[in-house]
Amino acid sequence: MSLSGKVAIVGVHEHETRRAPDKGEKQIMAECARAALADCGLSKSDVDGLFAASMSLGIMGVVEVAEYLDLEPRYLDGTNIGGSSFVAHVSHAAAAIEAGLCEVALILYGSTAASKAMAIGTGMGGGSRDPGRAFVAPFGLTTVGSYALVAKLHMERYGTRPEELAEIAVATRSHAALNPHALLRDPITVEDVLASRIISDPLHLLDCCIITDGGGAVVLTSTERARDLARPPVRVLGCGEAVRHQGSGRPDLLDIAARQSGEQALGMAGVSHREIDFCTIYDSFTITVLLTLEALGFCKPGEGGAFVSGGRIALGGELPVNPDGGGLSSNHPGMRGIFLVIEAVRQLRGECGPRQVEGAEVGLVHGTGGSLGLLHSGATLVLGRD
Amino acid sequence: MPGDLRHPWPAASWETLGFWEGCGRGELVLQRCRDCGAVQHPPRGVCGQCLGAGISHFVASGRGRVHTFTVTWQNQIEPFRSACPYVLAWVEIDEGPRILTNIVGCDPGRVRIGMPVEVDFARPEGQGEEDLAVPRFRPR
Repeated sequence: MSLSGKVAIVGVHEHETRRAPDKGEKQIMAECARAALADCGLSKSDVDGLFAASMSLGIMGVVEVAEYLDLEPRYLDGTNIGGSSFVAHVSHAAAAIEAGLCEVALILYGSTAASKAMAIGTGMGGGSRDPGRAFVAPFGLTTVGSYALVAKLHMERYGTRPEELAEIAVATRSHAALNPHALLRDPITVEDVLASRIISDPLHLLDCCIITDGGGAVVLTSTERARDLARPPVRVLGCGEAVRHQGSGRPDLLDIAARQSGEQALGMAGVSHREIDFCTIYDSFTITVLLTLEALGFCKPGEGGAFVSGGRIALGGELPVNPDGGGLSSNHPGMRGIFLVIEAVRQLRGECGPRQVEGAEVGLVHGTGGSLGLLHSGATLVLGRD
Repeated sequence: MPGDLRHPWPAASWETLGFWEGCGRGELVLQRCRDCGAVQHPPRGVCGQCLGAGISHFVASGRGRVHTFTVTWQNQIEPFRSACPYVLAWVEIDEGPRILTNIVGCDPGRVRIGMPVEVDFARPEGQGEEDLAVPRFRPR
């Protein structure tokens, strides 16, 4: 008995804002909920499963969201495994719906990271009262720094070049130029990336995601019920989750969670790499995309640099990645996973206008949470048109 | 110069105090499981391999090699903000585990993957009751 194809994503909404100093996080979530429910033609009273995560939701977070929305769902999930949380919420929701624990699942995210001037990438490394953090905090590790350590190792082991990482930023920006809501839309070149200042060697400013406000919502129900709703259903064909960490102290820093979660998701979907029409991949940094493509098996370890070069991951290329402009250029409010799901759904519905991947039938979504090279989660989905 | 790098006081618990107090004595202290022999870092109250409670401590050589590193040019939090550029690294110590640390005592531009290094202890800033130190590494 497989979960594959039993549950569908029926409603999505990405908040148009990139800066909302006048809004609260739960307000952004509620606005997204209203729009995603309208998208599929369901109402608030249909929702009986609630999923939420954000940078600030704490121990009772999802319960507080229920209160804000005046909802009394019968299934709750406040899983917070970093930016991949919402990708994992989709698979959790699929399992809950298939098991009969809820019928209509609503996944929410909201953030005002930019308005609060949160230094997500380069603000860590100060003192900490947490004994677990004491093995990184006294040394000034930043989020960028952790990814830079991995990028440096990849370059040493495989000869990957900064120009190849830059290709990812260039392709992503070319997509953002086609997205009216993207924050950064002016085209850039490999030279521009290499000329931008180094944040943590070998990662330049333009190798790093932006920081914005924003939010999103996703609605799921059984594929059977989905066929009566307003939009074409997008079925959850496969899913997987994984973690990588320091363990006892000597992990392969280039072996990332996507290898395990991707293998499970593709296996469950019964889909080969050649059948994937596009990917949405968490792009906290350019190196995140390169390592994820390798770990998912689109190319061999060490071949990522060549794989992303020459426009192959740009629209019109072999495997378009992040056609919305990603976190590198469109939006990144701290935990971007929900936008990976939303863009994949919109691509599979064929409603993306100038940035539409032609003939998109199957898409792969991969979210990363935490920091590669330190402690991270990965969640993969394979989504397909009904 | 990298010598300017200052470190915040490391928060310690009963599980990790052995490591930080060892640093205070000038010793790099690691854990070894009496049951399965696994060496682990960071320290914890059980063996991460077998979940056994028989944790012992031993003084490691303090020598190792740079596994990977990055020269950090931006950190918005003091004391690191004014120490930029400084070198972050994973150092693989001869006894097996890796330690996230800083490379000091040489120009950041001279650090290389595979470079042999040895531990160099520094007194952290702030205050606590214990006699603690923070392990950095320098070329050997």
